[in-house]
Amino acid sequence: MKTVIIKYNAGNVQSVMYALERIGASYLLTDDEAEIRSADKVIFPGVGEASTAMAYLRQRGLDKVIPSLKQPVLGTCVGMQLLCRYSEEGNTTCMGVFDVDVRRFPATPGFKVPHTGWNNLTTMQGPLTEGLAENPYVYFVHSYCADVCPETIAVCDYVSPFSAMLHRDNFYAAQFHAEISGNVGQRILENFLDVDQRS
Amino acid sequence: MLTKRIIPCLDIKDGRTVKGTNFVNLRDAGDPVELGAIYAREGADELVFLDITATVDERKTLIELVRKVAHTVNIPFTVGGGISSIADVSALLNAGADKISINSSAVRNPDLVDELAQEFGSQCIVVAIDTRFVDGEHIVHTHGGRRPTELRTLAWAKEIENRGAGEILLTSMDTDGTKAGFAIELTARISGAANIPVIASGGAGSMAHFVDVFTTGKADAGLAASIFHFKEIEIPALKRFLSQQGIPMRTTA
Repeated sequence: MKTVIIKYNAGNVQSVMYALERIGASYLLTDDEAEIRSADKVIFPGVGEASTAMAYLRQRGLDKVIPSLKQPVLGTCVGMQLLCRYSEEGNTTCMGVFDVDVRRFPATPGFKVPHTGWNNLTTMQGPLTEGLAENPYVYFVHSYCADVCPETIAVCDYVSPFSAMLHRDNFYAAQFHAEISGNVGQRILENFLDVDQRS
Repeated sequence: MLTKRIIPCLDIKDGRTVKGTNFVNLRDAGDPVELGAIYAREGADELVFLDITATVDERKTLIELVRKVAHTVNIPFTVGGGISSIADVSALLNAGADKISINSSAVRNPDLVDELAQEFGSQCIVVAIDTRFVDGEHIVHTHGGRRPTELRTLAWAKEIENRGAGEILLTSMDTDGTKAGFAIELTARISGAANIPVIASGGAGSMAHFVDVFTTGKADAGLAASIFHFKEIEIPALKRFLSQQGIPMRTTA
């Protein structure tokens, strides 16, 4: 199986690479369109600022490549946000795979931003969370989030409920960092690599 | 619900843990990688590795260590000690660290906090503050708490937040090593004023101390070293106890 991690300027993908190595999966880190299209699985990570990341993707045409992919794609953190319609961060038009916008957590007493640490998933659906115990904990670090919408397949609650995971066709996304979310995160990555579909 | 975090801290010198540990089941008690993996298995929510050396050769050892830890451990970990430039941070993040922590270098050059947040994002920039109560005021100290600065702790905490720090690691030099409890009042004041998470450190000696620091002290995370290393408090028991006290804890099945 060929797994590609999309290489772009949005920060540190090292943890994702090590997580794949821990579960014995080989991968290729690349921004080459042909390599990405020929992959069985594509991981679209992201740490950093949305508008800068989108500008980089546009410059390389990846903003067209990614939404047109047919194999299972997993966007994580900012990668997930860039797959949404729009992000308040840097007033950014994103790729629009998911029909939802990304907004900043509203300033609320008792709720620090970024949302940092372990929080639990509820109302989980679909193959990625298969085999997990009820309300499992995963690790979040983010200041922006997508509201709960029809494409939500896992919910997290901070200030108010938001989309912890999204799914549409061959596209999956997680707001949290599965790569450093202990055994739960590891299972989610394994489940993604086991997803068998090409739309 | 967002949980409070329990963070063991490992002091590193020449790629080895410095303080002795009481893990009889360890093949090599000085191996930070193995120790980190055990803590992760036991339910630690994060790890902090504090390098107490700084020469160039030793930095290479540290980078190699960070790589091994990142390979082995599947929870977030922070690396601190002797970091003073974008290049230092870049090397550590590229080796697999999730966050870095700066201390004296931020005091010396506060713009470094802005630069690092800009370059790498606030989420991976922890600023450590060593503080001591001097003449009726909480004063920031550097060099392992030995050298006082001109900075008042609360004002400095606000400043680094404004400059883009993602978290504050607050160590009270007054309580550190005493096992008499965290600096509750100070922690509450800093955590109440800051809109970024505060990791409280220094003084943990009992499970009740963690209750205090998470309730009255309003800390987002509690850090300790020797009580975990010497198994005076074991993490699974601590998390069970805190859970029973109504403090949100991550449970690991």
